[in-house]
Amino acid sequence: MKLLELQGLTKAYPGVIANSDVSFDIDKGQIHAVLGENGAGKSTLVKTIYGLVRPDKGQMLLEGAPFAPTDPRSARAAGVAMVFQHFSLFDAMSVAENIALGMENPPKTQDLATQIQAASENYGLPLSPDRIVGDLSAGERQRVEIIRCLLQNPKLLIMDEPTSVLTPQEVDILFGTLRLLASEGTSILYISHKLQEIRALCEHATVLRQGKVVGTFDPREMSNRDMAEMMVGKTLTTPKRAAVTTGQPLLQVSGLSAPSPHQFGTSLKEISFTLHAGEVLGIGGVAGNGQDELVAALSGEIRTSDDMILLEDQGIGADGPNARRALGLCAAPEERNGHAAAPDMSLVENALMTAKTRLSLLKKGFIDWPRSRAFAQEVIARFDVRTPSPETAARALSGGNLQKFVIGREIIQNPRVLVINQPTWGVDAAAAAAIRQALLDLASAGSAVLVISQDLEEVLEITDRFAALNEGTLSQAVPTAGLTMEKIGLMLGGAHDLEVAHA
Amino acid sequence: MDINPILLLAALMVASTPILLAAIGELVVERAGVLNLGVEGMMIVGAVCGYIAGHSSGNPYFGFVGAACAGAVVSLVFAVLTQFLLTNQVATGLGLTMFGLGLSSLIGQDAVGSPDLTVAKLSFPILSDIPVLGPILFRHDLMVYLSIVIVAGVWAFLKYSRAGLILRAVGENHEAAHALGYNVRRVRVFAILFGGACAGLAGAYISLVRVPQWIDGITAGAGWIALAIVVFASWKPWRLIAGAYLFGGVTVLQLNLQAEGLKIPVEYLSMAPYLATIIVLVMIRAGRAPASLGKPFHPSS
Amino acid sequence: MLRLEKRPQPSRAWTYGAPVLAVILTIIFGMGLFAILGKDPLIAIKTIFWDPIFGPFAHFYRPEIVKKAAPLVLIAVGLSFGFRAGIWNIGAEGQYIIGAICGAGVALAFYPMEARWLIFPLMIVVGLVGGLLWAMIPAILRVVFKTNEILVSLMLVYVAEVLIKAFSIGLLRNPEGFGMPGSRNLRQYPSAANLDLIPNTGFHWGALAALMAVVAAYILFTRHQFGFNVRLAGQSPRAAGFAGVNANRLVILCMGISGALAGLAGLFEVAGPSGQILGSFPAFYGFTAIIVAFLGRLHPVGILFAGLIMALTYIGGQAAEAQLNLPAAAILTFQGMLLFCLLAVDVLTNYRFKFGQREAR
Repeated sequence: MKLLELQGLTKAYPGVIANSDVSFDIDKGQIHAVLGENGAGKSTLVKTIYGLVRPDKGQMLLEGAPFAPTDPRSARAAGVAMVFQHFSLFDAMSVAENIALGMENPPKTQDLATQIQAASENYGLPLSPDRIVGDLSAGERQRVEIIRCLLQNPKLLIMDEPTSVLTPQEVDILFGTLRLLASEGTSILYISHKLQEIRALCEHATVLRQGKVVGTFDPREMSNRDMAEMMVGKTLTTPKRAAVTTGQPLLQVSGLSAPSPHQFGTSLKEISFTLHAGEVLGIGGVAGNGQDELVAALSGEIRTSDDMILLEDQGIGADGPNARRALGLCAAPEERNGHAAAPDMSLVENALMTAKTRLSLLKKGFIDWPRSRAFAQEVIARFDVRTPSPETAARALSGGNLQKFVIGREIIQNPRVLVINQPTWGVDAAAAAAIRQALLDLASAGSAVLVISQDLEEVLEITDRFAALNEGTLSQAVPTAGLTMEKIGLMLGGAHDLEVAHA
Repeated sequence: MDINPILLLAALMVASTPILLAAIGELVVERAGVLNLGVEGMMIVGAVCGYIAGHSSGNPYFGFVGAACAGAVVSLVFAVLTQFLLTNQVATGLGLTMFGLGLSSLIGQDAVGSPDLTVAKLSFPILSDIPVLGPILFRHDLMVYLSIVIVAGVWAFLKYSRAGLILRAVGENHEAAHALGYNVRRVRVFAILFGGACAGLAGAYISLVRVPQWIDGITAGAGWIALAIVVFASWKPWRLIAGAYLFGGVTVLQLNLQAEGLKIPVEYLSMAPYLATIIVLVMIRAGRAPASLGKPFHPSS
Repeated sequence: MLRLEKRPQPSRAWTYGAPVLAVILTIIFGMGLFAILGKDPLIAIKTIFWDPIFGPFAHFYRPEIVKKAAPLVLIAVGLSFGFRAGIWNIGAEGQYIIGAICGAGVALAFYPMEARWLIFPLMIVVGLVGGLLWAMIPAILRVVFKTNEILVSLMLVYVAEVLIKAFSIGLLRNPEGFGMPGSRNLRQYPSAANLDLIPNTGFHWGALAALMAVVAAYILFTRHQFGFNVRLAGQSPRAAGFAGVNANRLVILCMGISGALAGLAGLFEVAGPSGQILGSFPAFYGFTAIIVAFLGRLHPVGILFAGLIMALTYIGGQAAEAQLNLPAAAILTFQGMLLFCLLAVDVLTNYRFKFGQREAR
């Protein structure tokens, strides 16, 4: 019995065709995966179904009747609900208020609270209606989104990359909830680029590449390798590195504590670790456990007392970013647009932004534009950044290209220590492979690399040692070799409070 | 030194009313995530239009209605520019203030008033006759009470109504509100119009009750003080009343001291409301502003 | 249905075209305004925009335009630093007044001693420092207490206005002025007078200072780290923090520069065109300069042209007031419309209009 039929959906934006003639069906009670790399058109497709985007061509049928939602509210009225990748939540409001905002006709506050309690017990998603959303962990915030959807008894539930904010144990529990929903007749459209998950959860999968459907199959009958190649369109080489020779300690962090500069941020508590020459240390963790704050404390955006951070035995905790760069500590924060790079500035200006100190691009405060331009061109050439010119504004670049530029900019400065947050977030597979290889090469050349990532497969692939960041505290670092997902999950705090609720 | 504290407190309520009216409008605008620095401009246009409408019709309440409409019309300019043409809110608000000052002076150049137009003081049975409290609280004109009713209404609207919830959501995170299907621009345009209407009323109260006369530049910074009070109140309606009455108090006291012929020169006394604003801004740790305040929104993603 | 679409890159053509289009649109709206006021719109526009430059009495008007433009450009160049960095000094009018009071105070303290080599430079320094210190109040309050600089700097304008009134009838009143308010006229005090450097051109020391400020700002914005940091902080505050820009120092520097230049403008005005400290000395230059800064797109060269155009509307407006009986307030309204039009057409730089089916809102 078909629930939703997509027929020839096409949507073009200036310069890109996001969806081209996309057709497939979702049955009632089916868990259907849409698989594809970043930029393959998954987001546009789900936004079309949810009424945020109108297709240029093609149509949709919901239970046999034409379905053309003009906005999310009409999509919700028709029985389509969606859990967003970047949550559509309001930090300063309570859980109940957030849920009421996602419903067409919310009941009275008191009844709503009861319904929230009931749903959270039925589906093993503990949640207190009165809490302020800004104080919740990423996993809890996702529960708010899910319960918001469930209270409307949707026929179709869209989940957009839901597991990036969960520990492996929490992922298992989420899958249990989704299977329960499917058995009750709810269809689920599951968007992901993670092959393991899709194999574990879904019976049907549709692969998108460059906006087109390139295959529909049962993921349980396909090997990871075949799925990956279908998704990427070519064979990928896994990053390789020379034998590890760990040298003397370069960066020593001891007892690092700092309050978060943001109201709903996570404070750092007594963080200690040592980073050696030639080593890649991975710090994993679920989003919102202090990653941004840790990078800021290391880059110099947050100042601490001097002796909390030692770079080659010199205290730098009270230094600003440029003083640290001069000494050889470079960093790349997670958010490319507006933090690691200024979107409205040209690539030359963005190159100057962090390289001015180490490459002496300033003379008595005056900018050496020719050398800045030459440096930007070097980054573009060596890291294969696709851009019309170095004068192009950073915002015009795709996510993968801008990320290559940002990371290349730091690597070419030849830092002693490189700190990097989410190196391949939102980046296509080819660019991700190139970035990982560049990080390994930097370490092989004798620098120390600290990779903070929420992508655990990435951490397993390129790091020598691993530590887990959980609510602002850091675990002991352990060798990555021999670690399993299960073990990492426990280091990340297991399923937090979920296990109890589910038992 | 001989200041009657009862009259002082009664005058305080009158002096605070325009600031309170303008501030409650701006509070709604800011809770929707828009920073409109044009309060002074909308107020002064309201002042002149209210004055003309009131005096030409002979009915002051006509004046108030006219002023509210004029304020809303002027704020529509701000709404179109910032919400549809995505202009910088700070610059546009400043422009609105300058434009309003010019426009009001233009409109008001030939304005004539009749001396016998007054806004009636209400009197409540029993309540108005209570000693001390009666003259302070219960012998004012309708607008004094209306301003408090509006504050209460805004408080209830924001706290209990669905529309209020949506308005707060838009001010808190416009991207998320858009993703949930709410029309961010429409909510904001309505909020801006409400703010304009309140500022218009505030202006008319100055030109019809407080002064009552039309003079160029009559608002003399009251709109800016209203903006400061919104920050002072941490965007909470009830605290606005405290803020407005505090400033009303400073103004009235200062005027009384001038009248008393104190040794301090008049000029220095008339600085008091402005200095008080600065001092309060420094001393009060502002609460949490709406997270999307002042950020432009374009529904492109 | 018409809708906006973000451009991947800011349009270069519209960067230069937008201000021109804004001026044209304003003239069209202005003609409507003048028609409503019962004046012949074409004659009004000609009187305001053409006659002061090319008309039969242009030799009289042209120096006046320079005199008006000088303080506007000087103040607007200072403001452009803060505005680009997202620091909103709205109180330039106050800093301008305080600069004038301080500079005139120095001159009057020396009166009637004649020593131009000492007094005039000292006036310049003290006027500059006066404006700077007045601007430091909102700057320091913002850095230390996170107080909103818009409101504080604005409140200080009202305070400054009260102060100049007090000084004009108090401390600085002309003892030989028969009890009239106002100080001695500095134009008649050779050691302090800011007269035309080239006679009958209106090009006084303030105009020279404005030109120097334009050149200095141009160099800072295009070649120096400071200008780069200002732009970076305005466009992406987080990226600026990551690049090591000290946000607090930037507030102090930007407010300081704008305060100092506004103070200078006040000093040159009181020692030259205005001549004396008087309650009516504040002439709204500090506010009009905000329009000038935006009209010039916060670019020093643009500000130079914008200042001249704005001065033209003043002088032309005065002419229209005299000849056509156009109310003075009409020009203020007209200037407000100019700012609106400029802000509105700016959208074309970063967005383009598209006809087509509407996206979900």
